[in-house]
Amino acid sequence: MGSTTRSRGPMNRLVTGALALLAAASLVTACGSGDDSGPRGSGSADAKGLDDGSKLTMWTRAATRPQSEALVEAYNAGHKNKIELTVVPTDDYQAKVGAAAGSRDLPDLFASDVVFVPNYTSSGLFADLTGRIDALPFAGKLAQSHIKAGTYDGKKYVVPHTLDLSVLFYNKDLYRKAGLDPEKPPTTLAEWDAQARAVDALGSGVDGTFFGGNCGGCGVFTWWPSIWAAGQEVLNEDGTAADLDSATARKVYDTYRGWVRDDIVAPGAKDETGTTWTGVFPKGKVGIMPMPSTTLGLMPKGLDLGVAPIPGPDGGKSTFVGGDAIGISATSDKADQAWNFLAWSLGEEAQVDVVAAHKDVVARTDLAANKYSSADPRQVTVNQLVADGRTPYALKFGQTFNDPNGPWLTLMRDAVFGDGGSLEKDNKAVTASLAD
Amino acid sequence: MRVSRTIQGLGYAAPTALFVTVFFLLPLLLVGQMSLSDWPLLAGDRGTNAPENYTDVTASTLFWPAVRFTLLYTALVTVVLLGLALLLALLVQESRPGAGFYRTVYFLPGALGLASASLLFWGLYSPTTGPLSRLPQHLGLADDPVSFLGTPTSALLSTVFLVVWKFAGFYMLILLVGLQRIPHEVYEAARMDGASRAQTFRSITLPLLRPSLALSLLLCVTGSLLAFDQFFVLTKGGPDNSTVTVVQLIYREAFQRMDLGTAAALSIVVLGALLLLNALQFRGLRHADES
Repeated sequence: MGSTTRSRGPMNRLVTGALALLAAASLVTACGSGDDSGPRGSGSADAKGLDDGSKLTMWTRAATRPQSEALVEAYNAGHKNKIELTVVPTDDYQAKVGAAAGSRDLPDLFASDVVFVPNYTSSGLFADLTGRIDALPFAGKLAQSHIKAGTYDGKKYVVPHTLDLSVLFYNKDLYRKAGLDPEKPPTTLAEWDAQARAVDALGSGVDGTFFGGNCGGCGVFTWWPSIWAAGQEVLNEDGTAADLDSATARKVYDTYRGWVRDDIVAPGAKDETGTTWTGVFPKGKVGIMPMPSTTLGLMPKGLDLGVAPIPGPDGGKSTFVGGDAIGISATSDKADQAWNFLAWSLGEEAQVDVVAAHKDVVARTDLAANKYSSADPRQVTVNQLVADGRTPYALKFGQTFNDPNGPWLTLMRDAVFGDGGSLEKDNKAVTASLAD
Repeated sequence: MRVSRTIQGLGYAAPTALFVTVFFLLPLLLVGQMSLSDWPLLAGDRGTNAPENYTDVTASTLFWPAVRFTLLYTALVTVVLLGLALLLALLVQESRPGAGFYRTVYFLPGALGLASASLLFWGLYSPTTGPLSRLPQHLGLADDPVSFLGTPTSALLSTVFLVVWKFAGFYMLILLVGLQRIPHEVYEAARMDGASRAQTFRSITLPLLRPSLALSLLLCVTGSLLAFDQFFVLTKGGPDNSTVTVVQLIYREAFQRMDLGTAAALSIVVLGALLLLNALQFRGLRHADES
């Protein structure tokens, strides 16, 4: 990875700074002097950044590889700047960023699972982009849940890169066979329950639903929207306390526990660590389950599937606005060039002709309906959900919710595979971890 | 003459000394310093906080269960693995037709990396995509796919099976070398004296095999106490935190909780425990030799 300009002593940096000064006065902010390692590069005059033929480095995690690759390819084809993208295995990403941060070896641009962004902003790994983001003509139309997740101490550090929303996928063929109306997906948890059970009754290898029962990240992604849909919070505003044993949350767990008890769930749910959970629905043997919206474009052609928002116990709808946000690393000396990519990636051309064309969710609410999505109404459903969705904020998110040995997975499994009797205690453990 | 020989000696030793210093001593010192410091993964060294990291180690609710589990796993693996390895070595020690073939076959899994082997078994065990979990169902022995990693006991046994499959051939090789070092004359003498097969095994094979057994025991115990890859890939410490090993805790401290200080403290504790255990094993084995 040690390409281009990573090793910088103070001397080297002084030279860079001097060169930049000569090149353009507007670049001053992007090239600090001395040992100042704080966030730099805010409030550049040019909202579009610089396209001067620089070579930029960028990291992303494997989970969102197709989306990143498509954007980078399209950018490189039409710009003088060239981005060299490195895809890192998803499970190693945190460790890799951590190690690189320690040795000041971060690339110019790096994306991150949006829930881990607060770790990076609070540690000063990203450059401050407040001025640049606010100067975008469509700043207010960007997926606000990502912007919020990337705001620390009033400053904005990231923009949405790829959006991944949790939505219900349901198999219309199985719905027809079960005598259900394929155009009437559930609008409450109770309807979802009834429909899953109706499909499950078909028997012969068909199951009602499926979920990743040994995967904390899956639980957060697919269960929380049902809680949010009822207007119930799961975390406090600072992300330091959990409210995961509320009456609403209990109703959600009870429904899932009922599915487990009555064998409505496809086999393997209890063991599913998240590696294969999205591979079950495409086989066409599951009636209805929450899925990541990024898998919509990857579904088999012959599978007649419908998309619907995840409902709460008594109606309402919500989604987990996941995916990756991206920022410029605080140590990059090419902030203006890097911003050129970010600003372009959020523009109409990239959002419609690259993102929407790949059946992915656009990062701007004003582009929710576009020429590609109008051909596939399911995409409009997903795009419009961005406004109803949330991205939870907590500094200790990973170690509390994603860690396979963390307290949230214990809560999940006790609540759904156990009798749910230890919810209060488990919730306290989650809070303790958040406040750690 | 003497001086030049000394210089020559130092010269020969220098590459190794340099290697050990750069790749072992210096990192060890760094880990030591880390263990005494508040050292978040993302923010770097924030100064001394001793002995907080060490008290944090034992305060974790996962620590003692992990210690217990690691010891249980080590005992189980060592007994099964070395027992089977000895059996295999005895089976293929004679130069009979086909012995070479079986030696190769038994050793073959050892040529695989542990992480790759774990991934292979993970795929085989998987209830959603693996072939093994549905086999009993197809044979009419079970109603549902079998969950190899679904309960604490099955997860432990499935992992032990993988490790035995992977390493039995390796330990067989060590024991085979030991077996072939035992002089034929001793066996002949025993036969002349009318010793039975069991007596020969107990009074000749086992005692003379002791150095090889000791080496196997030491390697196996140390390796098992440091178990990580197989559990990281197969179970991630689950189900319900039942298969968390001590090294997994180190990984968790460093890369889930992003606290290098506590991870370093835990590493030092594990290092100390291993040194102690190895010293005890050496002493025990030496005693046995002298008696």
